[in-house]
Amino acid sequence: MSTELTFKQYQDGLANDVFWGLLCDDCGSYTTPPQKVCRSCGSTALQVVELEKSGFIRTFTVIRVAAEGMNPPFVVALVETASGAWVMGNVVNIDPNEAGMELIGRKVTLSSRPVKGDVYACGDIHSLCFTLL
Amino acid sequence: MREAAILGVAMTPFGISDKTNLELFADAGLEAIVHSNLAPGDIQALFFGNCLGDFEEGQLHMAPFAHSSIGLPMSTPAVRFECACATATVAIRQAVQMVQGGIYDVILAGGTERAAAMGTPLATRTFAMASQAQYETPTGITFPGVFAMAAHLYSHRYGIPLVELKRHLAEVAVKNHFHGSKNPKAHFQKEITVEKVLNGMMVADPLQLLDCCPFSDGAAAVVIAEAGKARDLVKKPIYVAGTGQASAGPLYIQQDLTHVKAREVSVKMAYDEAHLTPGDIDVCELHDCFTMAEVLAIEGLGFYDFGRGYDAASRGETRLGGKGTVVVNPSGGLKAKGHPIGATGAAQVTEIVEQLRGEAGERQVDGAKIGLVDTLGGDLSTVCNLILRGEK
Repeated sequence: MSTELTFKQYQDGLANDVFWGLLCDDCGSYTTPPQKVCRSCGSTALQVVELEKSGFIRTFTVIRVAAEGMNPPFVVALVETASGAWVMGNVVNIDPNEAGMELIGRKVTLSSRPVKGDVYACGDIHSLCFTLL
Repeated sequence: MREAAILGVAMTPFGISDKTNLELFADAGLEAIVHSNLAPGDIQALFFGNCLGDFEEGQLHMAPFAHSSIGLPMSTPAVRFECACATATVAIRQAVQMVQGGIYDVILAGGTERAAAMGTPLATRTFAMASQAQYETPTGITFPGVFAMAAHLYSHRYGIPLVELKRHLAEVAVKNHFHGSKNPKAHFQKEITVEKVLNGMMVADPLQLLDCCPFSDGAAAVVIAEAGKARDLVKKPIYVAGTGQASAGPLYIQQDLTHVKAREVSVKMAYDEAHLTPGDIDVCELHDCFTMAEVLAIEGLGFYDFGRGYDAASRGETRLGGKGTVVVNPSGGLKAKGHPIGATGAAQVTEIVEQLRGEAGERQVDGAKIGLVDTLGGDLSTVCNLILRGEK
C-alpha cells in the first residue's frame, strides 16, 4: 500500500471518478485533499484509501463579483464528507439565484469537473462539484 | 529581553492615488523617521511590506528600491514581507522581536500597496491567490466569499435569522463609516445608513457592497527602537506590551469558520506576555475587511462570547463615545479608512499610537491607555496581534 498521495495522483483519481484520501494509522482520521501528514495528529503513518463520494453542506455562498475569467453567479460550498474531512467545491445542480440557507445540511454527492487554468495557474485542474440529492 | 517602543508613525491618505508604490512608501517612511527625531542614516534595518507589486506595477523586489528612495545607508538591509493582509503587522512584530533580542536598536517597518490601481477584476483575482491554489481557488472562491460563508455558518450555528444578522452587520458598516467621517486620511469619509447598506449590490451572498472594504492605495510606516533610546528621542514613546502571531492551514483544514483559531492562539500569546486581559483594552484597531470579519474578531479577541458579538455595533457598544468598554476601529477600520493590504497593519499601529498619545483629534477615545492591534491575513490563516501602551 502506498503511503504517499500526490496532487497528481489525487487529480488523476478525480478524472476517473475516484476520490482518494489518506487514512491515519495512528488516530484514524481521514485527510483529503492530500498532504504529507495527518490533518488531525501530524502522523506520517498514512494509507491511501478510496473515500465515499458523499457529504453534507456545512456552509456556502453565491459569488456574484468574481475574479477575472470567471462567470458569476455560481455557488461555492464547504462540505463535510462522509470521511469527516471537509472540502471546497461548487454546487452544480441549483440555480444560484435560488440558493438559500436551506442548503446548509443538505446531502450531496461528489464529482469533479475540469477547470481551465488562467495565465497565473499551473495548468488545468479537476475541481470538486457537489450535486444535491 | 530588552523593551521595544514605537517612536514616529505615519500614513499617507488612503484611497485612489496617482503615486507609485515607492513614492507612497517614501512619503510615509520619511515622515515616520522625522517624527522620531532621526535621520535616514540612523535606521539599521528596513522591514518592508508589499503583497502584489508584481501585479500592480510589474515590480518585484521592491524593498531595496524603497530603501534607496528614502536614503537609507547601504549597510542597512531591506527585506520584503508578505503575509497577505497581515503583512505590515508581521513586519512590525518581527522588528519588535529583533529590537527586543538586541540585534538592532532602530528599525523602520511598514508597507505600501496600490490595490485600487489593479481594477476590481484583477484585484479580485490576485486577492484570491491567497486561497489554496490547487484545492480552493479553482472553485472561484473570493475573499468576500470566505466571509460570506462564515456569515451563513454563523447564522445557522447560533440560530440568528439571516435577515436579522444582515441588519446587525450593516450597523458595523454604519459605525465604521461614522468613524471614517472623522478621519481626514480615510478612503471613505461619508456616513452611510443601514438602508443604504441593505440596498447595495450583492457581492457574495449574504455580503453586499458596503459590507466590504474597498481596494485602496496607500502606505504607512513606523519606527521601532529600544525603549531607552526611544525615551531619549521622543516625548511619548509607545511601549510594546505583548505580541502574538499564529498560522493555520486552508479553510478545508480549519473547517468551522465562525472561530478564527489562529486569532485565538495569537491574541492569547499577546495577552499573556502583556499580563493583560480583554477587559484591559481601551481601543482596538481590528481586521474588518468585511462587516462579518469585525464580528468574528470582537469574539475571537475576547471582547464578546462566541455567538454574542453580532449586535455589539447595533447596541452602540463599539462606537466612539459609546457605552461599551472598548472602542473598535476609531480610524474607520479597513471598511472606511481603506485597505491597501501591504500597508494596513502599519496604519492600524499608527492609529493606536496616536490614540494612546491623545493626538487622534475628533476620533480621540477618552482616556485611552492600552490599545490592541489585530490583523488577519489570507483565509483566516495568519493572525498577528500587538498590544501597545502609553505608560508603564
